[in-house]
Amino acid sequence: MATTKVAQEEPLTATAEAEASPPPVPTSPWQHRHLLDLDDVSTDEIATVLQSASAMKAIVQRDVKKVPTLRGRTIVTLFYEASTRTRVSFEAAGKLLSADVINLSASGSSAEKGESLLDTILTLQATAADLLVIRHGHSGAPYFAARNLTRTAVINAGDGAHAHPTQALLDLFTMQEHLGSLKGRKVLIVGDISHSRVVRSDLWGLCKVGAIPVLCGPPTLMPWDLLKGRTETPGHPFASVQVEQDIEEAMRDADIVMPLRIQKERQDAGLLPSLREYAQQWQVNIERLDRLAPNALVMHPGPMNEGVEISPEVAHGLQSAVETQVTNGLAVRMALLLLLATPQGGLNG
Amino acid sequence: MADSTLIKGGRVIDPSQGLDAIGDVLITDGVVVSAGAKVNDAPKDCKVIDATGLVVTPGFIDLHVHLREPGQEDKETVATGTLAAVRGGFTTICAMPNTEPPMDNAAVIRQVLDAAKQTGLARVLPIGCATRGRKGKELADMAELAAAGAIGFSDDGSPIADPGLMRNALSYSTTTGLPVINHCEEPSLAKDGVLHEGWVASRLGLPGQPAAAEENMVARDIELVALTGGRLHVAHISTAGTLELVRRAKERGLPVTAEVTPHHLILTEEWALGTIEEGAGELTAPDKFAPLTNAAYDTRAKVNPPLRTEDDTEALAAGLRDGIIDAIATDHAPHTSTDKACTMQEAAFGISGLETAFGMVNSLVDRGDIDLPTAIERLTAGPARVLGEAYQPWIGTLKPGASGDVTVLDPDTEWVVDSATFASKGRNTPVDGITLKGLVMKTIVGGRLVHEAAKANA
Amino acid sequence: MPLSPLSRDARKGQKMAQQEKSIMTGQEMRRALTRIAHEILEHNGGAKELVLLGVRTRGVPIARRLADLIESFEGETVSVGTLDITLYRDDVHLRGPLALEATELPVPVGGLRVVLVDDVLFTGRTARAAIDAVIDLGRPKNIQLAALIDRGHRELPIRADYVGKNIPSALSEDIQVRVAETDGKDEVVILPDTASPQTTSEVER
Repeated sequence: MATTKVAQEEPLTATAEAEASPPPVPTSPWQHRHLLDLDDVSTDEIATVLQSASAMKAIVQRDVKKVPTLRGRTIVTLFYEASTRTRVSFEAAGKLLSADVINLSASGSSAEKGESLLDTILTLQATAADLLVIRHGHSGAPYFAARNLTRTAVINAGDGAHAHPTQALLDLFTMQEHLGSLKGRKVLIVGDISHSRVVRSDLWGLCKVGAIPVLCGPPTLMPWDLLKGRTETPGHPFASVQVEQDIEEAMRDADIVMPLRIQKERQDAGLLPSLREYAQQWQVNIERLDRLAPNALVMHPGPMNEGVEISPEVAHGLQSAVETQVTNGLAVRMALLLLLATPQGGLNG
Repeated sequence: MADSTLIKGGRVIDPSQGLDAIGDVLITDGVVVSAGAKVNDAPKDCKVIDATGLVVTPGFIDLHVHLREPGQEDKETVATGTLAAVRGGFTTICAMPNTEPPMDNAAVIRQVLDAAKQTGLARVLPIGCATRGRKGKELADMAELAAAGAIGFSDDGSPIADPGLMRNALSYSTTTGLPVINHCEEPSLAKDGVLHEGWVASRLGLPGQPAAAEENMVARDIELVALTGGRLHVAHISTAGTLELVRRAKERGLPVTAEVTPHHLILTEEWALGTIEEGAGELTAPDKFAPLTNAAYDTRAKVNPPLRTEDDTEALAAGLRDGIIDAIATDHAPHTSTDKACTMQEAAFGISGLETAFGMVNSLVDRGDIDLPTAIERLTAGPARVLGEAYQPWIGTLKPGASGDVTVLDPDTEWVVDSATFASKGRNTPVDGITLKGLVMKTIVGGRLVHEAAKANA
Repeated sequence: MPLSPLSRDARKGQKMAQQEKSIMTGQEMRRALTRIAHEILEHNGGAKELVLLGVRTRGVPIARRLADLIESFEGETVSVGTLDITLYRDDVHLRGPLALEATELPVPVGGLRVVLVDDVLFTGRTARAAIDAVIDLGRPKNIQLAALIDRGHRELPIRADYVGKNIPSALSEDIQVRVAETDGKDEVVILPDTASPQTTSEVER
């Protein structure tokens, strides 16, 4: 900065300069402009988010919940799929941080009139959206948005069967809050693995923090191509993932069990004989809970299909973390909004 | 007075007559007079093209092109499509009938032929529909289509899914002697798959098409050939398993031929992961295990059949070399930018392939998978053989009396694909920005020079 | 857009290479803290209803030291907490990406005398943010401010109730407080020319 010498003589001029280049502060290791999945998020970055989320959770639980941090920032949630918890969670997170939050859903927007995704996101950028939170039934829609937006940061709130990184982070947060370090912890995920965006993001997160993911479910709902050759292929990111078909065996000593929503469409598509048979074979119920490790937790990304993948007693039982997950989701999303709405050098820098 | 062109001093490769020698090609009044031998007594006013240091071959034949006209002129027209063809060294292209309306009657066939006559730079051979309206319910009027100029029957873009109907198509087409060209994809297995069913599709959370969807129908069709005696040409084969099925069919002496596209020979499923390279990239697939970037979900790599695995490309290259695969065909499928500027699931299938075909195929020559004369064979005499005896003396050859269709190549020139400069309206190619080696320098159709590479490239 | 600035340690390395001047020794620092502890007690008439909140990061160990000193003088335990003021900064748009660290309160602050403790008082913006942060946590009886170093250049109408040492400085200089707990030794140094491009755009790519 050429004004260094001037600064010494004329403090008033220099004040503006000091404002433009703040003194060094401890900076977070967060390296991302967008949050699209956890595959490119480092273990340190995950730790940063979880630590920040922990501090955010304290804010959520106090009397005055609102903080002024993101005044003047606009967050748009663009949901092409129905969602209650995720959309509300983002909206609440934005509002608690004092951002302006605009909610758009596919019905009631121009998408219904046939406007393309590209035109929609460019319009939102032009209306000064700083952050775009997008949920889309097509995998990769957030990548498409990130590729085409120059001024707006993108958060993936769930894309097709691909990824749901904020859910994965809140899952990790909930597990870590309960268990401490997740290294070597057995995390069992049961159900429709192959159609689950939650699982794909969870797998990246769990593998990065050193947990042992175990997948269990009907063979028609397993992502065999994702797992094939994982132990023999050098560099395979899912080398530590285990597969166990028998739920009784799979639940033995698990620290976490997470049943996934089973959709009726899977039966209609011929992937399952019936929901009844599924429940018999793979339901997480009270009898099977005995096999878990002491202090184990039952989690569910929601919405639950009680009586199918999870029995009502378990869903609302003592070991259930389902409601905690929702609170933690809010804290995690606040942490993420703060990280992504405050890029180095400012949003337009 | 005779109109003559002499192409001098090139390496003349004409696989139809086992020719590979430095020499000249003389064309008079649109017909080849001689090829290979040095011409010392060229006519006085003869146009001379110096091909020293270059390769001179019969004009390429593409068995599989989507010209989109009539009906989808925003994607391509006969004029732009044939210009793209001659830029790619293709002097004859076979037009697929999935136009709007489809080429399921003589009138639409004649409309395309008229457009080709008026605006086309390359020869256009139309393919008729196999079923009326491409609906897969009843046979098209095959004899009428053949009489109007169709060179085969296909519902390409869609398979002929009903086995009984396919049996009838193969059987009935014997009256015309023309092949049924099937796009083999069992619908109940392929479903709404957008990529190959494998690591990449699963990684990206996208529905996949298993290799078995193609192989299942190819196996079915081969047995139906054995049953009916009809001619089957398998369009754009993409898997190692399909290659094996074709190999065994040929060993049984069945009238089965097959084509492969440059992209199925060289590109793999990983290309859908996208590349973020600045400047000129290389013809190598993205790392399958690397974290995704903003470039992921590259819709330019969405094509049907999907790009498969390295095992498949290796098998297909070997099959091409060994002659199991008769022809290289581009499956040139131009689309507008809007058709591709969307999510993978919304995007149209297809690659604009005419203008990059030789550069892609030559990469196989460059890495020693196949020799140049064999590659040329699969672009000339091979497809002519699929078209049949009526066409063989006329195109895909430089024998005296053949039409004066010549392609002049520089296999050593490197160039960077820039889709913005394409003649085709379809800029949809995953190799945009990639450096290819091997450039089409000149294309001559019926003795007329219709394409000359820009000096900057040469 | 650079998203990977040097870590604080790396920056420190950069600065170490320049000439640094010690302006307070460990001995002097301990004396100053002892005096501040006495002043706090005197001003508040003892340690009752008192809570010390260290502003992250260097304010935290200093607050603990003050609490220990007060305890040794009075034989009475003083509550110590930590305050993360990230959410209340007025330069969020210039920093970042921002993560939050825990704010730890040993007791609810409502009705208490809160002493904010920071290492250096400079523009006053941090203190302003800290005041806002405390007020969102409850309604204290009053809020006081203690700083080991006051280097001047205030940009807001804020002054400290307790100051270890006033050090006139140029804006371009950087003053660093080091404490044994995190830095291995107690000292305060002044580093010249930190506003030069080296510590900002160039060094940070």
